Amino acid sequence: MNLTLRIWRQKGPEDKGRMVTYPVDDVSPDMSFLEMLDVLNERLILAGEDPVAFDHDCREGICGMCGLMINGDAHGPQRGTTACQLHMRQFKDGETIDIEPWRASAFPVVKDLVVNRGAFDKIIAAGGYVTAPTGSAPEAHSTPVAKANADAAFESAACIGCGACVAACPNGSGMLFTAAKLTQLSLLPQGQPERYTRVIGMVDAHDEAGFGGCTNAGECTPACPKGIPLNTIGRLNRDYLAATAKGANNTPGS
Amino acid sequence: MTKTRSPIRSNVGLKAVMAVTGILLALFLIAHMLGNLKVFTGETSFDHYAHWLRDIGKPLLPGVWFLWILRTVLVVAVVAHIVAATVLARRARAARPVKYAHRKKVNGSYAARTMRWGGVIILLFVIYHLLDLTTGTLNPVGDASKPYGNVVADFAPERWYVTLFYTLAILAVGFHLRHGAFSAFRSLGQQTPRGERRARIAALIFAVLLCAGYLVVPFAVLTGLVS
Repeated sequence: MNLTLRIWRQKGPEDKGRMVTYPVDDVSPDMSFLEMLDVLNERLILAGEDPVAFDHDCREGICGMCGLMINGDAHGPQRGTTACQLHMRQFKDGETIDIEPWRASAFPVVKDLVVNRGAFDKIIAAGGYVTAPTGSAPEAHSTPVAKANADAAFESAACIGCGACVAACPNGSGMLFTAAKLTQLSLLPQGQPERYTRVIGMVDAHDEAGFGGCTNAGECTPACPKGIPLNTIGRLNRDYLAATAKGANNTPGS
Repeated sequence: MTKTRSPIRSNVGLKAVMAVTGILLALFLIAHMLGNLKVFTGETSFDHYAHWLRDIGKPLLPGVWFLWILRTVLVVAVVAHIVAATVLARRARAARPVKYAHRKKVNGSYAARTMRWGGVIILLFVIYHLLDLTTGTLNPVGDASKPYGNVVADFAPERWYVTLFYTLAILAVGFHLRHGAFSAFRSLGQQTPRGERRARIAALIFAVLLCAGYLVVPFAVLTGLVS
């Protein structure tokens, strides 16, 4: 395959940045998208140019490190797939592919396609945990959990924190991430004691980081590589309104 | 961690404000539509109904008090709805300072994408509509004692552009409600996938019925069914 890539190049956080065109020949359709970028980078290095910086780690779709806006789709055209698991057979020979970083004020560009997703860490730090020491995995029968709750919590727990929901959202909202990290705890017995302080802390941290609000437009779920359902945000809304009505102290862990 | 803003000013709180005020306005739209349909019962009945609206609450409340209480509630709801929407829209804009060079719409429906500009169009229409059929300023008859005559004169065939504008505005309301009604349920905590399907279907049926109920009046006048 011969492709033309238009890639966002930005030397550092202060640089203005621009789209740069790179022709890439002899791409195997069996390569992953990141392997294709590796090939480009090897050629750039041989030519004495600066390679394209992009985030990646496990390359098996579970770490949440990779994240590219490919032709306007977060993680590319294939649903339920991270960029590292996307293969070049999804593209046509001779195609022009636009590659951009996630765009959000809460995710400043570090270099080229690498963004700082530290805002997600702040949301987790504001309540996305259980304070009680839980020790090793308990005996499954000791704490009964309704099957529907277990399934929904598991769906939420599949979130890898890649940021595709923010990238795809027309409002730059991180609500799907926040809701997933909230409901993986709020649906289970272990998450109950801090349920209402957690939601206020996490929504506060979400807003404070500069993410936009959810308008239920539904762009996030199709972009999510783990397919976290949109109704998860409804669970967050309900918990937040309940917490506000209860006048819960907003200090997480209190 | 200290509280950064009051809960109502959070992104979730503002959406709840939009949902509650939106529901109030939607309830008014239902009552207004049912009232409009009285036009098919004839001039005397329709005019009698319109005059009765000014007297609701009598003798408990003097004169047109009920009407002014209703108007106050509606104005507060409209202002709160618009203020919350504006704050959220400004935050959304600030949340993405650098736009994508290549962006396509993946999933969002036409209704969801046009909520903000659709809302602006509806606001402009409401201003025109009040000047037309409440104050009578822009109405060819504009006689407050003859509401039936005002309506018939408004949608006369030679004033086809008025009917066209009304039609477009009502369709804008329909699209706004199609997403808005579902979104209101979600903002107030609708949380199951099955409930989501039901809420979306209910919102669609509600929007279509409301559009049909409103549009049947101008088209009845246009075709001479009501004259």
